[in-house]
Amino acid sequence: MRPMRLLGLKTFRHGVHPPESKDETSGLAIRQFPFAPLLIVPLVQHMGAPSLPVVEEGQEVQRGQRIARADGFMSVSMHAPASGLVRRIALGPSISGRMVPAVYLEPFPGSTQEVEDGTPCPLDTATPDEIIDAIQDAGVVGLGGAAFPTHVKLKVPEGKFVDTLIINGVECEPFLTTDHRVMLEQSSDIFMGIRYLLKVTGAKKVIIAVEANKPDAAAHLREAFPSDIDGSVEVLQVKYPQGAEKMLFSALLGREVPSGGLPLDIHALCCNVATTAQIGYLLPRGRGIQERVITVTGPAVKRKGNYRIAIGTPLRFLLEHVGVEEDVNRVFLGGPMMGAAASSLEIPITKGTSGVTAFTDSAAERTHSPVYPCIRCSYCVDACPIFLDPSLLGKLAANEEFETMAEEHNLMDCFECGSCSFVCPSHIPLVQQFRAAKAAVRKAKAGAA
Amino acid sequence: MAKAGKTLEIRTSPHILSGYSVDTIMFNVVLALLPITAFAVFAFGLAGLLTLSMALASCVLTEHIICRAAGKPTTVGDWSVTITGLLYGLTLPPSLPLWMVAVGGVICVAMGKALFGGLGYNTFNPALVGRAVLQAAFPVAMTSWIPGFGEGRFSSLPSSTLTLPFTEPAIDGITSATPLALWKFSQEATATGDLALGFVSGSAGETSSVLILLGGLYLIARNMMNWRIPVAIFGAVIVFSGALHLVDSARYASPLFMIFSGGLMLGAMFMATDMVGSPMTSRGCYLYGALIGLVTMVIRTWGGLPEGVMYAILLGNAVTPHLDRWTRPTVYGVRGKEAAA
Repeated sequence: MRPMRLLGLKTFRHGVHPPESKDETSGLAIRQFPFAPLLIVPLVQHMGAPSLPVVEEGQEVQRGQRIARADGFMSVSMHAPASGLVRRIALGPSISGRMVPAVYLEPFPGSTQEVEDGTPCPLDTATPDEIIDAIQDAGVVGLGGAAFPTHVKLKVPEGKFVDTLIINGVECEPFLTTDHRVMLEQSSDIFMGIRYLLKVTGAKKVIIAVEANKPDAAAHLREAFPSDIDGSVEVLQVKYPQGAEKMLFSALLGREVPSGGLPLDIHALCCNVATTAQIGYLLPRGRGIQERVITVTGPAVKRKGNYRIAIGTPLRFLLEHVGVEEDVNRVFLGGPMMGAAASSLEIPITKGTSGVTAFTDSAAERTHSPVYPCIRCSYCVDACPIFLDPSLLGKLAANEEFETMAEEHNLMDCFECGSCSFVCPSHIPLVQQFRAAKAAVRKAKAGAA
Repeated sequence: MAKAGKTLEIRTSPHILSGYSVDTIMFNVVLALLPITAFAVFAFGLAGLLTLSMALASCVLTEHIICRAAGKPTTVGDWSVTITGLLYGLTLPPSLPLWMVAVGGVICVAMGKALFGGLGYNTFNPALVGRAVLQAAFPVAMTSWIPGFGEGRFSSLPSSTLTLPFTEPAIDGITSATPLALWKFSQEATATGDLALGFVSGSAGETSSVLILLGGLYLIARNMMNWRIPVAIFGAVIVFSGALHLVDSARYASPLFMIFSGGLMLGAMFMATDMVGSPMTSRGCYLYGALIGLVTMVIRTWGGLPEGVMYAILLGNAVTPHLDRWTRPTVYGVRGKEAAA
């Protein structure tokens, strides 16, 4: 399938146009956030096995020091987000609702919080395998939200190859402006990261994808583009979910990841721009991730902004510091289209947290609308970026025909972007039903095996 | 905030909605129908007003009573039955006896909508179900037309309007033929300008093509109507009638005449596009529209009736599920998976 062009800008077919709501924070430079009196650093911040702690309760740690090591290939290291005292190693709250193992760290109030460099991974002399190890050691996971261990994705198996590396600076999620700010303020880190990624994957070419609502970022990256890197900055049409990697491959390369397959099957790899910047910043210094840029925003937040925040900062401290309206009633990690709702303010931010969005009662009104029967308006069919029939799937879900949904109507290909629920004039919770259906199908499969 | 006792609401994403709602869509369709309704009253006077009021009242009341009888909250507020009532009234001859209007209205909602499961489940356009039953039951009354803009239309009624229930309506001397009937039975053409503006006889709301077009364009601009359907219908009608007109222009009317006459404009813009009864895929909509245009022309050209839009749309409604199945797009990545296998 050919990539589609509208108004001269590349994009994918279908998709939706939620209000962007980025103006209030996109112009605000990244600011350092203070340390909370107690940081809760979960040992599960990524998809995969929990990290194993290498510190003990009562031990003093330096900021940036490794506090947990990877447990196998599908796991990463963790680093101390502050110099301080390990109070406890115990279960802590997480966004999933489950308690997960965590390190409770009390920062020293008087510390300068200097970070010492570790053993660098030099770009010129390191082999691809050494770079992969260094990325795992630095605790790098997908900062766009998925938190998949980056080094796993970068390991190109025998017999496969990558021709194009895509750096994802689309940030199509409403409200969020972290990637935007990182592109404006950390371009040298981004290009350093790209050099590491090109070396690891063997890709010849890089494309930095930016949505048309960030013309300053695109212009800045074009200007700063080093002449020794073969690649370009592509400006894409503003449309949700343009930042999903499957949609980027459609728009930029005209290729589709096979159902159930990997981007490697179409010789492409996609890496979030903030992740790339972290790699470019951390590896030459031999450091690990101990903080990240987060957009704190939403109608309920008083001092909105883009902040560099220590991993493990609890939501309560974060929101108290920026100030929130009295009638705040919903807090999401991420943006409003795909973000997860927080059930408690004790939950800490993690490496995968790209934003904290807080809504008030009044801003939430529209999602309390009554549910009507499906009127076959076809808005969802025209919205679904992977060409499913959400209307039909919704009816099957209501009948609990999960197996039919998966076997005959490609339920498992749904990546839960929520476009169908967003446009549905009957307010049917389509994607919510699909999540439950997918879980039921997985459970049935696990039970059968 | 952050004070003890404050509860956080937990829902899964997405946390924002587009703001479109079933009742806003339906209300906008009602808005788009209002100018057409007003013109019908202006053209046909008291007869038009009474026909439309009775049609609307019978439909809305039937829906309300059925909801209450089922012990459910009334669904009159979603505006969909208002559309049914208006469309149904607009397709009737303005001189139709009021008791027949009422019977048809009950059939529209009870048989065409409630029986199938209510809003969203009505396979066939409810307004046309009621009309089709009337057409079969009262063929004479349903094809007796009064001319528009008659003298004294605001002070007197055609004698047929107030016919007692279950008695034969008296058809008075002022009936006149519709442009389609004139063409079919006496090869007499009507000026396109009169057709477009509505200075002809016909069903209450079918006569002013311009107002119907404007209403449709409003809905298309607000993404509340699928433009592919009327475009495909008009395309099929133009191709079909154009070809015949080229062969023998004395026997076969011109494409412009075909588009602007009878119920085609109202049917194509407001009835075939009913979301519930039309396909959900783009390709399905093109096929659906083409089928409706084709069947309309076959009936108009070779059928026993001068007009066939109603049957064409009902047939289109019937094949919609099949069109949806045949035109289902290939899901992202499935082609690649099959190629690899």
